[in-house]
Amino acid sequence: MTLAATAAHLATGPATGAAAGPHGFLSPTGVEIAFLLVGLVTFGAALVTVTTRQLVHAALWLVVTLGGLAVEYLLLTAEFIAWVQVLIYVGSVVVLLLFGLMLTRAPIGRSPDADSGNRWAALTVAVAAAAALVWVVVDAFRTTWIDLDGPAAGSTEATGASLFQNWVLPFEALSVLLLAALVGAIVLSRKAKADTATPAGQDTGRDTEGAR
Amino acid sequence: MHLAYPAVLSALLFCTGLYGVLARRNAILVLMSVELMLNAVNLNLVAFDVWLSRTAEETLHSGQALTLFTIAIAAAEIGIGLAIVLAVHRNRGTADIDKLRDTSERHDPDGTDHDARTAEQSDEAQKAEATA
Repeated sequence: MTLAATAAHLATGPATGAAAGPHGFLSPTGVEIAFLLVGLVTFGAALVTVTTRQLVHAALWLVVTLGGLAVEYLLLTAEFIAWVQVLIYVGSVVVLLLFGLMLTRAPIGRSPDADSGNRWAALTVAVAAAAALVWVVVDAFRTTWIDLDGPAAGSTEATGASLFQNWVLPFEALSVLLLAALVGAIVLSRKAKADTATPAGQDTGRDTEGAR
Repeated sequence: MHLAYPAVLSALLFCTGLYGVLARRNAILVLMSVELMLNAVNLNLVAFDVWLSRTAEETLHSGQALTLFTIAIAAAEIGIGLAIVLAVHRNRGTADIDKLRDTSERHDPDGTDHDARTAEQSDEAQKAEATA
């Protein structure tokens, strides 16, 4: 009697738990299935990025990861962020990384010393952090539901209006930061060869700085 | 959509980047892993912004604005970081962060020697720049 009662309670327990929110995990919507599949591809590409021994392949798998994240932004109706992600990350950051790999004369084939000796410690830390974070996040947001119907929350109009109504001062400060980063990168890459550069080279460097 | 899906994905991506930062030896691969961690944070910001803009009726869109700022700062960071890596590669001939041990606790003689030499070089470079 009591055993049957506990069995019935156990059987109805998860159902009532899922029914606390109107949506359960066992009947995913189409958006959720698409998010899950793209998320698996993104996570797999990220794993290959941090584990492959071919340096150029790591950069190319990073493209897959960032593109998958752009698709996730689109599925979350944040279309402006998605296109910014494609433009800046896939368009410029990965190209910069590839330039960096080639300028530091990275080996094309397999490089056996791509991973350092503390790989197992790093794996332990990462797995422990992942377990803790996933546990906490799932426990906290198990029943939280994002309503994706209606007008898009991240359309260009909404993002632009909020950015230029409420976030103008940080936006302008960010432009100053970008300028500082630009000048800093120029100075850093110019100073290293200052001892061998001719005065003409220094002058042209200064001219480009003035032009910017 | 459940908020748990993007939150779990961003946690997993963050930990993947964490593993990459700790385990990789090439400085540019470390920078790639840092990009992975920043992207995980961006996904979190966007997901929570979409959720809050519906449930809490907040129109500030702080999550998406902060995502844009993070993307811009990441672009600046990758520019500066690559410039530093290239400068180190030009001075030392390697981008291997396990070999850049000049400030470590253990003193090996050629490391300190190399350090002194590069400090001298940078002094000379500064003097040359000051006189130019």
